[in-house]
Amino acid sequence: MLSIRNLHAQVDGKEILKGLTLEIPKGEVHAIMGPNGAGKSTLSYVLTGRQGYTVTAGSAHLDGEDLLALAPDERAARGVFLSFQYPLEIPGVAALTFVRTAMNAQRRARGEPEVSAPEFLKLARAAAASLKIDYEMLKRALNVGFSGGEKKRMEILQMAMLQPRFLILDETDSGLDIDALKIVADGVNALRSPERGMLVITHYQRLLDYIRPDRVHVLADGRIAASGGPELALDLERDGYDKYAKAAA
Amino acid sequence: MTLAAAIRSGDVTLLPSRRDEDWRWTDLRGLLRTLPTPSPETDAAVAPGPFGALGDSEILVVNGRLRDDAASTLTVRSGEKRTVRLRFVSASPQSRHEARLTINVHMGADLTLLESHEGMAEGYVAASGLDIRVDDGARVERLVIAADDADAVNVSQAEVVLAAGARFSQTVLTDGAKRQRLETRLTHPGDKADVHLDGVYLIGGRGHADLTTSVHHQGPGGTTEQLTKGVVRDQARAVFQGRIVVARGADQTEARMGHHALILSDRAEVDAKPELEIYADDVSCAHGNTVGALDEDALFYAQQRGVPYDEARAMLAEAFVSQVVERIEHEGARAICAAWAAARVKI
Repeated sequence: MLSIRNLHAQVDGKEILKGLTLEIPKGEVHAIMGPNGAGKSTLSYVLTGRQGYTVTAGSAHLDGEDLLALAPDERAARGVFLSFQYPLEIPGVAALTFVRTAMNAQRRARGEPEVSAPEFLKLARAAAASLKIDYEMLKRALNVGFSGGEKKRMEILQMAMLQPRFLILDETDSGLDIDALKIVADGVNALRSPERGMLVITHYQRLLDYIRPDRVHVLADGRIAASGGPELALDLERDGYDKYAKAAA
Repeated sequence: MTLAAAIRSGDVTLLPSRRDEDWRWTDLRGLLRTLPTPSPETDAAVAPGPFGALGDSEILVVNGRLRDDAASTLTVRSGEKRTVRLRFVSASPQSRHEARLTINVHMGADLTLLESHEGMAEGYVAASGLDIRVDDGARVERLVIAADDADAVNVSQAEVVLAAGARFSQTVLTDGAKRQRLETRLTHPGDKADVHLDGVYLIGGRGHADLTTSVHHQGPGGTTEQLTKGVVRDQARAVFQGRIVVARGADQTEARMGHHALILSDRAEVDAKPELEIYADDVSCAHGNTVGALDEDALFYAQQRGVPYDEARAMLAEAFVSQVVERIEHEGARAICAAWAAARVKI
């Protein structure tokens, strides 16, 4: 269970999150929708501990553990995974090397033995096949020269290999054509499990046709302005965010 | 005005100083008020160097003296293909020594030179000189690992003269010293001769490393390709001076020079002076020089995947210099150099 209470956060001295409260039980997929500038990406960065995002009040716990007290890599080792809206290019580090470094760092942090080479390659081949990624691509520097769709698929591949407990997908549909979107959604759906929670951040309803949420929340002006079932996403698609933006203003 | 001359005579006024334009970032006169005593002769056993047992033979120079009655000239004859370790070992603390060797690579011959500078004592002052002559169509790959003591002063100077169609590739790796300069001066005949001059520096603490190169293209149709990358942290200082001169008439010269540095601490320093002097009309020359910090966004990305901050920095720094190490042609030596570099980006 991810439990966020009265979260306030600033970027460059400007308050972006203004008392956000949200609970996502294990096994559920929640979507956060909202207009540009509502604080959607800020929420993902605050939960993962990015520098420059200052929490001024409130709390965020994953299964009772205080996330905000941990360094970004410690949160990752506890199972928090963020699929970036704009995945970074890592020049000179092959995708396989990067994922293996990450996997072993997480395992060390949890007191587990490192992954063996054959076990790792097996995992990588399986993940690449299911996401229709050419295995040879994993030998290239991570995301360098990759298309937008390839970068998103690499995010899902890392997610599949690292097996996090809680996933945050930040605008995962942006830059994807419909075929790539289906592949990515299949990859995410394959990770749905009673042990795993997901937070899907999106501006458009389209992604939610493929990743069906249990709950939908509207984020406006740094707070949850409304919550409902999947039908809320369809209302938003039809009516837009205007009434929430106005209510917040 | 050379360190070697000062070491031979004991006269500190012969040391290069900041008044010499070419030495202003690697001032020895200001550093050394006195010179230590001459190094003793020693026959103590020496452990294997960074290149281990790679290659077919070894030239061992300890405290400036050749071991095992080795000749001070290495000759690789036409048709021969050799891989030779050349080790300059400083074995006695607070002492001075210098050595000079000649290497002749005859027509069509092939030499891989695995050179190391190994500090096995503190506070020595050392100089070494190499005269390398590469004949028509011969090939030389010179790889240098400078593993000096942190409290040492060392200057290595190589003079390289190429003939037509010769190929000379060099990669220098260093983690610095109290003051260290690795200098290569090359006379390029043009005439289809091909030169690669690469370098990697990875310096921490209060270390200093100076990679200086000078290439004179004297005839038409030669190529020079240069890539140096480095990482400085703590209070370290790196100096890169790269000069390419293209003489009048050296048309169709192709020369490219790149120097790229990462600075990991606000007290570290990189001084770079790329110089292209072109007196010919029809040439293709370019240089690029960048100095920057690690990409914080990429660091956060790696952290978000579970890699701790320091490990993420080391991973990105290693990747940064790996582009140079990957250009090393000798496979076994490339692996050794890659491991050597990886061990020195750990923070």
